[in-house]
Amino acid sequence: MRNVVVKDAGAAVEGIQDGNAVMMGGFGGAGLPLGVVRAVLDTGVRNLTLISNNAGSTEDDLSLWFEAKIVRKIVCSYPRAAKQFAEQYRAGTVELELVPQGTLVERIRAGGAGLGGFLSPVGVGTVFADGKQKIVVGDREFILELPLRADYSFVKGHLADTLGNVTYNKTARNHCAVMATAGRTVAVEVDRVVEPGELDPEAIVTPCIFVDRVFARSPR
Amino acid sequence: MIPLSRDALARMVALHLPSEGFVNLGIGAPTHVADFLPTESGVILHSENGILNVGPKPAVGQEDWDLINAGKMPISLRTGGSYFDSSLSFAMMRGGHLDVAVLGAFQVSKDGDLANWSTGDNGSPPGIGGAIDLAVGAKSIWVMMDHTTKEGQPRIVERCVYPLTARNVVTRIFTNLTIIDIVEDGLAVRALLEGLSIEALQEVTDSPIHALGAPRIIRQDGSVV
Repeated sequence: MRNVVVKDAGAAVEGIQDGNAVMMGGFGGAGLPLGVVRAVLDTGVRNLTLISNNAGSTEDDLSLWFEAKIVRKIVCSYPRAAKQFAEQYRAGTVELELVPQGTLVERIRAGGAGLGGFLSPVGVGTVFADGKQKIVVGDREFILELPLRADYSFVKGHLADTLGNVTYNKTARNHCAVMATAGRTVAVEVDRVVEPGELDPEAIVTPCIFVDRVFARSPR
Repeated sequence: MIPLSRDALARMVALHLPSEGFVNLGIGAPTHVADFLPTESGVILHSENGILNVGPKPAVGQEDWDLINAGKMPISLRTGGSYFDSSLSFAMMRGGHLDVAVLGAFQVSKDGDLANWSTGDNGSPPGIGGAIDLAVGAKSIWVMMDHTTKEGQPRIVERCVYPLTARNVVTRIFTNLTIIDIVEDGLAVRALLEGLSIEALQEVTDSPIHALGAPRIIRQDGSVV
């Protein structure tokens, strides 16, 4: 029977290379796979393109990646209150692509769903429309937003079974469920791994077809 | 004549929210409106990180960091609440399913243009978050803000000088001095702080205002009579 469980965060990030695009789930700390944050650092990779809602805020989150200078570009909606990122931003050593939060997640959804993009009313008449194709549908103007995919999507789930079906906990679901559809390799950090059949099929948010690797978070 | 306190402004907004409406309160001062919602209002609060029926902040020691609002602060879930992913959450926002979004602002123009994400300060990284999606998608966009900047400059202007969040979206402005509706023929004053004249309000407003009938009176506690 299919079994995607790997032993730890190190195994979950195996194969990551310099220059990869990486999605990191989470809204603030909720949904951020913290074990992965550290494991990626341990690999020594650099020049990552990070796709994430935030850019860290405490000392112990994505701030570590900026402190270690392993991110070349971040695609992000709200990189505020992020000290280490802000320092690099001011120094001009990291590129920022600022994307409205709903557009960010929908671009990821489009990537995971095999779409060529989507038409959004968000940003029309603002700087967020600059350089983008405008398309009128009916009497309303939209901008063409392009899909986002990544080499790796790392997200935090609550429970996973050994097949790779995943549930989430409360508002920690946020971008995670969508990012889990849009990575070439998808790894999920969970609180606990269970046997197939233990998860209510109605409660599974990410079906195992999207998931390549699962590991249980080690107690902090 | 003392401008409304932060609490009184939040109470004034809370008292105007539609009964049983679906409402998103933006981060910052708007979040504070929740503290003044009468329980019988039946308002259902949405937070864009994926929750409907947001409840009050939990007691100290009861915080669950997987249960937070868009300001990343711990909250609780009311009976009948639900969780969902960000894509569905923004479908609610963009798709016109929310009745009201209450947002903070740096500036609002007489045409309802909203500037609330950047003052063009290049020293710190910009952040847009979900404010822009709300501004485009909710059925009604209300702004709550101080009437002027700390330096006394009007925030209600002919044209916003800060980068826009969205054009022609704001329908109502609540400030610590007044309630103004943005209507076809300009800025209509619906309510005025007790003791404040239309002429005095005009002096701190950088676009012509007019009274809509006899403006109601705003009391110091944020109630309107």
